[in-house]
Amino acid sequence: MTGGCHGGGVAAPTPTETIRVALVGSPNAGKTSVFNALTGLTAKTGNYPGVTVSRHVGTCRSGDARCTVEDLPGTYSLEPISPDEQVAVDVLDGRLDGSVRPDALLMVVEATTLRRSLGLLAQVLGRGLPTCVVLTFADELTRRQGHLDVASLATALGVPVVPVLGHRGRGVDELRDRLAGWRQWPVPVVPPPVEPTERDAWIESVLDFARYRTAQPHRATQRVDAVLLHPVWGTVVFFAVMTLFFQTIFTLAAPLQDAVESLFVLLGHLVDRHVDNPWLSGFLGDALIGGVGGVLVFVPQITLLFLLLALLEGVGYLSRAAFLMDRVMARVGLEGRAFVALLSSFACAIPGIMATRTLPSARDRLATMLAAPLMTCSARLPVYVLLISLLVDPSARWGPFGVQGLVMLGMYLLGTVSAMLTAWLFKRVVDRRGTVLPFYLELPPYRLPSARSVLIAVWDAAKSFLRKCSTIILVTTAALWLLLNLPQHSDADLQSAGVDTGNPAAVSAYVVDHSHAAGLGRLVEPVFAPLGFDWRISVGVLSAQSARETFVATLGQVAAAEDPEHPTQALRDLRYPDGPRAGQPVFTPPTVVALLVYFAYALQCMATVGVIRRETGTWKWPLVAFGYLTGLAWVLAFLARELTTLFLP
Amino acid sequence: MKGNAAKVRHRGLHGIGDGDEVPLAELRPGAEATVVRVESAAAPAVARRLADLGFTPGTRVRVQRRAPLRDPVLYRVRDYEVCLRRAQAAWVRVVGVGV
Repeated sequence: MTGGCHGGGVAAPTPTETIRVALVGSPNAGKTSVFNALTGLTAKTGNYPGVTVSRHVGTCRSGDARCTVEDLPGTYSLEPISPDEQVAVDVLDGRLDGSVRPDALLMVVEATTLRRSLGLLAQVLGRGLPTCVVLTFADELTRRQGHLDVASLATALGVPVVPVLGHRGRGVDELRDRLAGWRQWPVPVVPPPVEPTERDAWIESVLDFARYRTAQPHRATQRVDAVLLHPVWGTVVFFAVMTLFFQTIFTLAAPLQDAVESLFVLLGHLVDRHVDNPWLSGFLGDALIGGVGGVLVFVPQITLLFLLLALLEGVGYLSRAAFLMDRVMARVGLEGRAFVALLSSFACAIPGIMATRTLPSARDRLATMLAAPLMTCSARLPVYVLLISLLVDPSARWGPFGVQGLVMLGMYLLGTVSAMLTAWLFKRVVDRRGTVLPFYLELPPYRLPSARSVLIAVWDAAKSFLRKCSTIILVTTAALWLLLNLPQHSDADLQSAGVDTGNPAAVSAYVVDHSHAAGLGRLVEPVFAPLGFDWRISVGVLSAQSARETFVATLGQVAAAEDPEHPTQALRDLRYPDGPRAGQPVFTPPTVVALLVYFAYALQCMATVGVIRRETGTWKWPLVAFGYLTGLAWVLAFLARELTTLFLP
Repeated sequence: MKGNAAKVRHRGLHGIGDGDEVPLAELRPGAEATVVRVESAAAPAVARRLADLGFTPGTRVRVQRRAPLRDPVLYRVRDYEVCLRRAQAAWVRVVGVGV
């Protein structure tokens, strides 16, 4: 700030002034689109009520001034009942730690639901901050035979009104230009009433003055909902959508995945041919390409998963799914919005846990947080794909479906059912006399999400996956590579141990079998031996504790040491080198099943533990979740192994 | 449940006759009604939120449809669609308008 220039004159905006603006509005009002259009920054847009739960701040320029724009969580009321609504109110009142009260507000109001939205505007204007109304979906109002006179609306409200079409970017420049002049915005002489009956009278008088004609119901939405929310067809479509969702991820991603895989094989050849230093070539070939590359192969699948989720959300189907599933969720003591949190956990438990902020009840939040890590997140996907490929022949079919896809669907069902049971159990134990907070959910008209908002969502997901690969997975993989290749053995050592030093595969097998990692794996092997895990799998399970995908990287390294050309085949042929089971294959069906079950339950994700800590504010719940899930994983994996042995001789 | 169904049936097609004050939750899909009040026995947070969602005296409500397992129910109120669980819709007292 330029300190002394205000010396007694009018407080004109100085070139370096920073204006703090907050965006307020109900869910589905198009708030996030306006935010994206204003700031050009990345934030997720969607139709699901309450998707903007995390904090989004962007910047833009208005004339000479710099503006920081904060996208507040959507709310229907300034009487908060959920944590995200509380955040919105606290920011408005300047009561949130670490945030300053905004200078001015942009209140986003959807033109087709003015009769409801003006109620919130009345509460917002009562806060006494300079406010500009941003009118969205005015085009849709006209299309649905509604009418509104914007200038009269501004007069009646006593505040500026700017129509904006966020997804087309129309009106955004005008809005941005207006920000600099926030001190000159008109303010209503008397704030509107907040008492519901008086407020209704105020709303009707404003709408009368603005010559408001109500929009006709959205015909297409009504027709589509007649099917999608139909008691029979709606249920059929719901399961069809879920099945298609997972089949698409597998069938569509497979060729892309093969392409990425062949790229890494090519890179591996290049390393073999051109890197002479055995340490460097080992590190590049085994750790980087065999390990991290083995995880990067899953970029297409993860991108596709997030793309489908963003599309379902953007179109408005997710809130329909919540409507359809609410009764089922009620069985376990939760509500429809918890279903959406759990569905997001298919992508990653972290956004799922963060989405619980839309839940009004603290106990519902805890139950959902403890259930979310059981949903099959995208980090489990690579592990399941690898393990299922060891279990089922890719060409095996059952009717029109590939058996691999069906087993995968089964894993997703296992995770979902377990999550539900966990929530039910938690609610039974903790919540016997909870107060009932209202459940309500807006079903917005079906809208085509803008390509931009979908791309932003997918790009964010891909970016954070790549970041994870380049940090935590890379570090763990590199550390493991060292552990797998140390100590060094001289040729004399090898020869005295009876190893053919002319055969690189035999040498690397010997080195791996006598490495520090092997020592560590053998140390913990007794814990996992009842599950059928040998030291290599045990090391993999330990390394997966940092992030689940590392398991694939670890086995990838082990396999690359055996046979770099055909890693999957190498794993299938992996045998116990010594001990009582010497010569037997490691990945027998019972062991693979036990591994699948172990990964379905164990909380092997430090980021999830961290986010539960942050959201609950205590270490108690992350520790409860960790202990309970890891214990459960072991017991159920043991049972699964025993059962498989019984039925598959 | 059974008693309720019988009571509702004599009120006509949509479970409501003109002038009868009934809980919103008892209305059948297709019925239209006007909100009279939110019962005072409702928790303040619930009553307040119902008002902020638009369920205030004098407001027209139309029952759009029920979820497959009969709960929640989708209503059209103040030009938008919102679903409520029957437990909450039971707090809203309405009178029928000619159907």
